[in-house]
Amino acid sequence: MTPTPPPVLIHSKVPFRPHRNLLVALLSGATLLATHFQLRAQTAPAAPASPLRTVDSTIQGSEIAVLTSAPEVPPPIRRRHATKVVVNLEVKEVVKRIADGTEYLFWTFGGDVPGKFIRVREGDQVEFHLMNHPTSKMPHNIDLHAVTGPGGGAASSFTAPGHASQFSFKALNPGLYVYHCATAPVGMHVANGMYGLILVEPKEGLPPVDREFYVMQGDFYTVGKFGDEGLQAFDSNKALDERPTYVVFNGSVGSLVGDRALKAKVGETVRIYFGNGGPNLSSSFHVIGEIFDTVFQEGGILPSQKNVQTTMVPSGGSVFVDFKLDVPGTFILVDHALFRAFGKGALGMLKVEGKNDLALYSGKEVDAVYLGQQADAGSAAEKKVESLKSQMQAAIRSDPKIASLSKEIQMEKGKQVYMQTCFVCHQVGGEGFPGQIPPLGKSDFLMADVDRSIGIVLQGKSGELVVNGKKFNGTMIPHNHLPDDQIANVLTYVRNSFGNTGAAVSPEQVRLIRSTAPAAKAETFE
Amino acid sequence: MTVFAHARSVRLVLHACLLMAVVLSERACGGSTAGMSLLPAGNYRPLFRATNDPETQTVASFWLDRTPVTRGQFLDFVKACPKWRRSRVIRLFADTSYLSDWKADLDPGIDKDPQVLSRPAVQVSWFAARAYAEWRGCRLPTTPEWERAAAEGFLLAEGLKEPEFRTALARWYGSAAPEVLPLVGSGRATLHGIHDLHGLIWEWTEDFNSSLVTGDSREDTGLERQLFCGAGSVGARERSDFPAFMRAGFRSSLRSPYTLSNLGFRCALSAKP
Repeated sequence: MTPTPPPVLIHSKVPFRPHRNLLVALLSGATLLATHFQLRAQTAPAAPASPLRTVDSTIQGSEIAVLTSAPEVPPPIRRRHATKVVVNLEVKEVVKRIADGTEYLFWTFGGDVPGKFIRVREGDQVEFHLMNHPTSKMPHNIDLHAVTGPGGGAASSFTAPGHASQFSFKALNPGLYVYHCATAPVGMHVANGMYGLILVEPKEGLPPVDREFYVMQGDFYTVGKFGDEGLQAFDSNKALDERPTYVVFNGSVGSLVGDRALKAKVGETVRIYFGNGGPNLSSSFHVIGEIFDTVFQEGGILPSQKNVQTTMVPSGGSVFVDFKLDVPGTFILVDHALFRAFGKGALGMLKVEGKNDLALYSGKEVDAVYLGQQADAGSAAEKKVESLKSQMQAAIRSDPKIASLSKEIQMEKGKQVYMQTCFVCHQVGGEGFPGQIPPLGKSDFLMADVDRSIGIVLQGKSGELVVNGKKFNGTMIPHNHLPDDQIANVLTYVRNSFGNTGAAVSPEQVRLIRSTAPAAKAETFE
Repeated sequence: MTVFAHARSVRLVLHACLLMAVVLSERACGGSTAGMSLLPAGNYRPLFRATNDPETQTVASFWLDRTPVTRGQFLDFVKACPKWRRSRVIRLFADTSYLSDWKADLDPGIDKDPQVLSRPAVQVSWFAARAYAEWRGCRLPTTPEWERAAAEGFLLAEGLKEPEFRTALARWYGSAAPEVLPLVGSGRATLHGIHDLHGLIWEWTEDFNSSLVTGDSREDTGLERQLFCGAGSVGARERSDFPAFMRAGFRSSLRSPYTLSNLGFRCALSAKP
């Protein structure tokens, strides 16, 4: 705001002497007067000559506002007339705990996050004094969403450290409103904790309740990770990307937990004035184990819905919820975006004492062992499949057609083995060589004992043999280098060729003989 | 009274007055450059600017004090110029907190704190700072000069490109003002040997009130487009340069007679061509 320098200096009647000091003095004077007018423009809003306060005849008397720190709420307003309310709010920059072992430099209204709760009545004339503590680094101001006027008061309350500002407004609209600092960079001021709630009660008042609480959610952005110890600095990149480190109620992790929990009794009706300072996140406000009987959505004074589980609270917005406590226990306040509740601190407790009502909520009634249905069914099915499979195998084996087909395969394969290995001595037609190599065709020796035949193939044989009444004396080398299935196949072949007829030989039979027989030495030929 | 009438021409007139005052006060006595560093000509990109202003301003080469003015130096000044002593200062030129932490007119409290003379001079108004500068034969830096110096990092001309520098910035803006200010020069020097532009105190500039931010920074757009450009961050040069925003916001909350416990100054001198 750059005002016009007063014309008197330019059109001065004093003879103009170009003396350096005078010139500097005049120029300084110009600047001084300019800032003086700037000051005037700052403190008096564009207004009639006379001050606003004494003009309104509906205003009776004056009082100093009772301001409370969360979770306390100032008492409900009993008066039935509008009055002048003086609000004295001090801005202080303080280092406080944000989580165990972790500290943060909060910028606060009244020394805490959230800022003080202000309670006025519709029609009140509020004289707002904003003081900025001399130890503050930054200038601050305030924008109250309850104010109808430029910046919500921000334009008229811009205050340097060690100074104070004053402005007045009329509380025209009832409702629950957020207030916050609006100094550049605004997001940073809000991210550092500069927000709170102002309640403008409607003229007729709100429905009475037994207990009122003040809870405000905010997101915080630190250079370190969640839980990193020490003094944490604000991280502007995380704030721009909307990736908070902490999402908490009332300015710190665990602020409403344990002995700091909200407390109430069974049978009482509770009202929670819930605000969301942001700067970025919206909140899905829910109380685990309770249902909101009445929701005043977005902080308006009309009840908007009944029996609500979770209500949406925009950033820079609010809600108030009423619910009756019917059973005792600990009820958890959360932002139902669950990773914020269980990973970033958006969790609080409401501890309710009183008599149990088991009809309403019984607690655990039975604790029993459960084996599960899935396992039994599985094993029964498996067993069935196994038995069917073995039946199928038996059917295959017993079916002569199938059995003969597999025997044919074995004979074909066995013939290949015979034609590679055995024919050398036993000849292509199984005739053998008189006196030395017994025949295989129509051989009583071969067909009499399967196991003996298998053993001879595996370990060889030397010495005298009588086959079909004739003597033979020779040496058959061990063939244990052949796998079980080839031995089974070649024996099946010879037992069903050259005039022989017999059962097939299985690889299992060969394996059995091989495993029980002593290991034969590999024959070395000299 | 029409505050916003002929605003643009008014600004130009004020700037002209400012420059004249600067030049004239300098010519008073040829100031020495002891304790100063010469900063080469550089570019300054204003955080906020009017739509018709150039995006980049050239800042001519100038000398800048390496550290803020100390209490010891200010003591010499009030010894030489009695009208700037605490008991005698004209209230129009300095508010009631002027030198409030001094024990007496000529005693900054040396028995309580033996090192007090090396701490930055604070609780001085803009008028007092200018008077000191004139007495010493120099002047206050302009905002473009101050910001051009402050943009330098430890090793790079553009400090925002240096991660170490950014971390140091975040640390200072994230911590509380200390009860007792450290000695000047205790912070690490930036590229041209200047200390304490960040991390110690706020500093007066010659044209601090041309930051052009209204009390409500969100409306620095729209109608006053001739004077303002940007609402907080929209339209501003570097959206994540929060320290620059904070400095701009801070300066616009000041009035010339204000004195603050964390606001001091340092001197500058134009480089002879």
